[in-house]
This record gives sequence, C-alpha cells and structure tokens, in this order.
Amino acid sequence: MTRYLVGKLAESLLALWGVITIVFFVSRVLGDPAVLLLPVGAGQQDLDALRASLGLDRPILEQYLISVLAMVRGDFGISFQHQRPAMDVVLERMPVTATLAGTALVFGTLIGAVAGAIAALKRGTISEFIVMVAALLGQATPVFWLGIMLILVFSVDLGWFPTGGSGTIAHLVLPGLTLSVFVSASIARLLRSSLLDIMREDYVRTARAKGLLPRTVFFWHIARNALIPVITMIGIIAGELLGGSVVIETVFAWPGVGRIIMQAIQAQDFPVIQAGVALVAAIFIVVNLLVDLLYGVLDPRIRRR
Amino acid sequence: MAPLLEVRNLTVAFDTPDGTVHAVNDVSYSLEEGETLGIVGESGSGKSVHALSMVGLIATPPGRIVRGEVLFNGRDLLALSQRELFEVRGKEIGFVFQDPMTSLNPVLTIERQIAEPLRRHFGMSASQARTRVVELLELVGIPDAARRARQYPHEFSGGMRQRVMIAIGISCNPKLLIADEATTALDVTVQAQILDLVRDLKKKIGTTVIWITHDMGVVAGLADTVQVMYGGRIMERGPVRAVFHDPRNAYTWGLLKSLPHGGRRGVTRLYQIPGNPPDLTKEPVGDPFAPRNPFATERCRTETPPLGEVEGSVAGHKAAAWYDLRAALAATQVQP
Ligand SMILES: Nc1ncnc2c1ncn2[C@@H]1O[C@H](COP(=O)(O)OP(=O)(O)OP(=O)(O)O)[C@@H](O)[C@H]1O
Ligand SMILES: [Mg+2]
Repeated sequence: MTRYLVGKLAESLLALWGVITIVFFVSRVLGDPAVLLLPVGAGQQDLDALRASLGLDRPILEQYLISVLAMVRGDFGISFQHQRPAMDVVLERMPVTATLAGTALVFGTLIGAVAGAIAALKRGTISEFIVMVAALLGQATPVFWLGIMLILVFSVDLGWFPTGGSGTIAHLVLPGLTLSVFVSASIARLLRSSLLDIMREDYVRTARAKGLLPRTVFFWHIARNALIPVITMIGIIAGELLGGSVVIETVFAWPGVGRIIMQAIQAQDFPVIQAGVALVAAIFIVVNLLVDLLYGVLDPRIRRR
Repeated sequence: MAPLLEVRNLTVAFDTPDGTVHAVNDVSYSLEEGETLGIVGESGSGKSVHALSMVGLIATPPGRIVRGEVLFNGRDLLALSQRELFEVRGKEIGFVFQDPMTSLNPVLTIERQIAEPLRRHFGMSASQARTRVVELLELVGIPDAARRARQYPHEFSGGMRQRVMIAIGISCNPKLLIADEATTALDVTVQAQILDLVRDLKKKIGTTVIWITHDMGVVAGLADTVQVMYGGRIMERGPVRAVFHDPRNAYTWGLLKSLPHGGRRGVTRLYQIPGNPPDLTKEPVGDPFAPRNPFATERCRTETPPLGEVEGSVAGHKAAAWYDLRAALAATQVQP
C-alpha cells in the first residue's frame, strides 16, 4: 500500500507540473496584461516599463523557469491586479467555495444514497420508476439552466432568497440546491446499479443461506461492496466542487475560487491564474489520494498492493 | 423412524419474458437421517432450483413454488414464514455452494464470515465465536487456523476457500448439509481432497448430506443413494450400487455410459448423449427424455411415466420409464 501511494504521489506531481506548464504557455498566448492594466491611451514607454517590472520582457523560457522554480518554493508571484501574493488572493476564496461544495456534497450524497437504495430495494415498483426518472432529469438538466430557473422562481418572483452573493444561509440555499440536485442524481443512479449488481453475487446468496437477517445481508454484504464505486464518484465530484464550479459561481455571483480564476483569466493576471489552477489541481489530487486510502479500508484486495 | 426430509410433489416454475420455465416438476423423495444422497443430472435439470426452493432461496418473482410440501423433521418448510425460514437456514440446513471464488464476500475476513451464523443462531460473543471458528477451520483441514482466520478470501486458494465454505456450512451443526456442485470448480486433485474431507466429516459428525453434482463418478465415491434428475424430474433413484449396476432409465444408462470404464470420475467423456436438453418453457408432456431416447416407445411421448419401484432389483430402487431398459439392452447386446 505504501509503495502504491508513493507511486501515486509521484504520478500526481508529474500531472501537477504538466497542468502548470500548459496553463503557463496558454495564458501567455492569450494576450498582454500590461495593456489591460494601464489606462487607455498609455504610451509605449509606460507599457515597456510595466512589462519590465512584471518580468514580462524576458524570453518566455526564462520566465517559465523562473516561475516554476518559484512555485517549487511555494511562491506564486504577486497578483498584477491586486498587488498581493497571488496564492493569498486565491486562498481567501477557498472558505466560500468549500462552504458551497460541502453543502452540496453532504445533502447530495445523503439524498442520492437514500434514493439509490430505495430504487434498488424496490426493484420493479413505481418507487423505482419515480426515483430513476427524477435522477435522469437531475443529471441531464444543465446546472446553469437549473440555477437560472431557481433564481427566476424563488428570487425574482417569490423573493424568498437573494439572487446572488454570499454570506448568509439564505445565500447558500439556491446554489446549494442546484448542485445537490446534480450530485444526488449522479449518486442515486450509480448506487442503484451497483446495488443491483452486487445483489446478484454468489456471496450474497451465501449470506442468505446462513440465515442472516435481511438488514445484515443488506448492510454487510450488499451495501459494503456496492459502495466501493460510489466512493470513487464522490471523490471525483468532491474534487470538482472544491475546485470551485465556475458555472454555478458565475450564475449565483458566488465569490469563490472558480470565480476568481475566471476574473484572473479575463484580466490576464498570470500569477493568479497559475496559483488558482495549481490549487485546484492540488485539491483534486489530494482528494483522489484520500479516495485511494479509503479504498484500501473498504477493499482488502487493494490493501495488499 | 420418520425420515429427516420428505419432499412431496415439489413443483417450481419461473415466469420469464420467454414464457414459464418449468424448472422442477413433481419431485417427491425422502431422505433418512445420516444418509448421503447424490443428485446428478446435466445442467438445467433443476438440481439447484429444487434445493434452493426448499428454504426460500430462489427469487420470487420470477420464481414461484407451484405446489408441494417439504417436510423437514415433520414441519413443512414451504408453509413457514420468511422469519421462520431465517431460523432454519444455516442452523438446521447448511449450504455449500459451487464456486468458492465467488461465494465468499471479498471484503470480510474469513473469521467474520464463519462467525456470522454462529453469532446469529447461537448468540455467541465475539470471543466465543472466534474460538469456534478456529476449531472449525482445523476440522476442515486448514493449517495455522488462528492466523488464517484473520485473512481475506483472496489470500486463500480455491481448495482452501471451498474448505472455508464447508466450515460455514457445518458451523451450526446442521441436521442437513446441502452441497451444490461443491467440487465442480476445482481441479481433480483438489476435488479428491475435498471429497475425502467430506467423507471424513461425515464419520466425525454424522450429518445427513445432499450432494448435488453432474458427475456420476463423485456420486459413486460418496453417496449411499443416487437420484438422477432430468428436465426437472426424478428419472431414477436408488442405492448407488443397484443404480450403477442395473440402471433402468435410459438417461441414467447414458450418464453411466459416458463414464470412463471401470474407473472413477475422469476428464474424458467417452460417450455423449445425443440431442439437446429439453425446452423447459414447454408444458411438460410425456417422458422429458423421450426425444433423445433410442428406447422410447409411443407412450413415452404422450404420458409421463411415474417413478415406481423396479422389478427384480433391491428395495428402494425406483425408475420412471414405460420401456423395459433391461430387456431392450439384452436384445441389442449393448452393455453400459
Ligand atoms: N432466476 C431464474 N429465472 C429463470 N429461470 C431460471 C432461474 N433460475 C433457474 N432457472 C431455470 O431453471 C432451470 C433449472 O435450473 P437449475 O439451476 O436448477 O439447474 P441445475 O440442474 O442446477 O444445473 P447446473 O448443473 O447448471 O447447476 C434451468 O432451465 C434454468 O434456466
Ligand atoms: Mg446448479
């Protein structure tokens, strides 16, 4: 298991480096931040001076080496826009993103797990049908559309919740609901099919033949095994949500990590783009490592590797 | 003394999109305490379904018990509630299933899987159960039992897992142990070891056993009584010696003919019964084996032969046949 994790970690660092490299070169191609930072009509001299002070006048490979070496030391540079360390600018937004991600994950997982279990246990009944249709709709509906609809109905028409922004529970309800719908729909569908697969396994028949009570068979023999793929999915979703879901943060003017990265891209604030993407990638990697560890706990066959 | 198990007219069907599958048709037999019954028959002959349906282990739907009684110690199992059946399964009737690779839960320790029925039926504490688990593992011939108990199924070989399955099956000292193709998935040497183990266990604990297999050779080495099934029916039944030396049903004769001569179980099949297995979605009419039977008479195709005591053999030797196989064989000079 340790060797497996070390290998995984090495792989992850490589992936992180790849992401940073791609983002570095793509963002340089996008345009010239100096033009955006200075007032309209600024002279060529001012532009050159600004570029020099930002280090943008050096050869691109030199810039790349300098930033990568700095990143290794944990230095992501100073934000062009905010004149503060870029990583600080991004990290400040983390709690806001994490609040929304956590809400969606907790509610989405709970609702999805219950719905998926009902659909599997009530196989062939109207309950299964309702759950499956709802889940299919939930998964197929684009989140931005659902978000806008919820705003139109509950904020604009009914005025129950603010249309955007953050800070109070009321602000959290609509974006949280929107994401929960997506999360729970995905989990319900996967859990249902996973449960139905496991129910057919020979070892479930063995468990029944032992005279175990149905709840013991369900929790210890069926659910225990059916959860393994669901855990992976929760991990992937958690990684995505913690990276700040750009669409939802934009629709609900939710000032999170996704939003700050979007703004940085528009302003060509290279250090913030790099810090943001590196953070998002790192979160994704950490969450996946945690999922792997959890796998080891759930599945002894993996522990041995 | 009343038999331990008496099955009367057990009929089981499955309602499938392709029609009703008549999996078990009017099966009746009885089993004495201490007896070992070998049930043979080709794939799809209803061996597993008949055994599983006795204790409510087939899925309903699609499965349906059309009629019948299964008297176990005088009590009709088919009339019991689910709750009452939970008390019978594992405790009074133990099971060993076919594929040891898939019949154990991959994420639970061996100890837990053997301890489950003990804790459930005897209310044992964790430490009591642990002691008993180690005893059981030693009984089924697993060395270093205390350490092995803490391992997971993937750390065991196929043969070792089947020993674990047997330990689970006998854990609560059931009156009846049903083994469904318990050695089919194992290679020949391991198969022989498991059969030795079962013979040995029978001597030690004297359980009544139903051993389901499609291998006549296994039955010869293990069972007192053999019961041949085809198309969900019992075709022939009787003491192993009598049935092997003097078969009265053409299907039994075909199965015996396909065994290598003078020998026990072998890998090579010398004789294949011509034709295809019956279509169980058709309403059963006549002798199900008639289409493949060279000795079949006109009556075989229209009327189902009853399972009756055969003439000129030992008591308890019964066969379902309208034709006289012995006379027909004598006439053609063909010997099994
Ligand atoms: N769940 C089910 N749905 C529909 N048909 C079924 C189901 N289970 C069993 N059957 C049918 O019942 C018949 C008897 O099956 P059974 O498993 O008892 O055969 P078997 O004698 O044990 O064969 P094998 O040697 O392959 O184990 C088969 O035709 C099978 O297709
Ligand atoms: Mg079978």
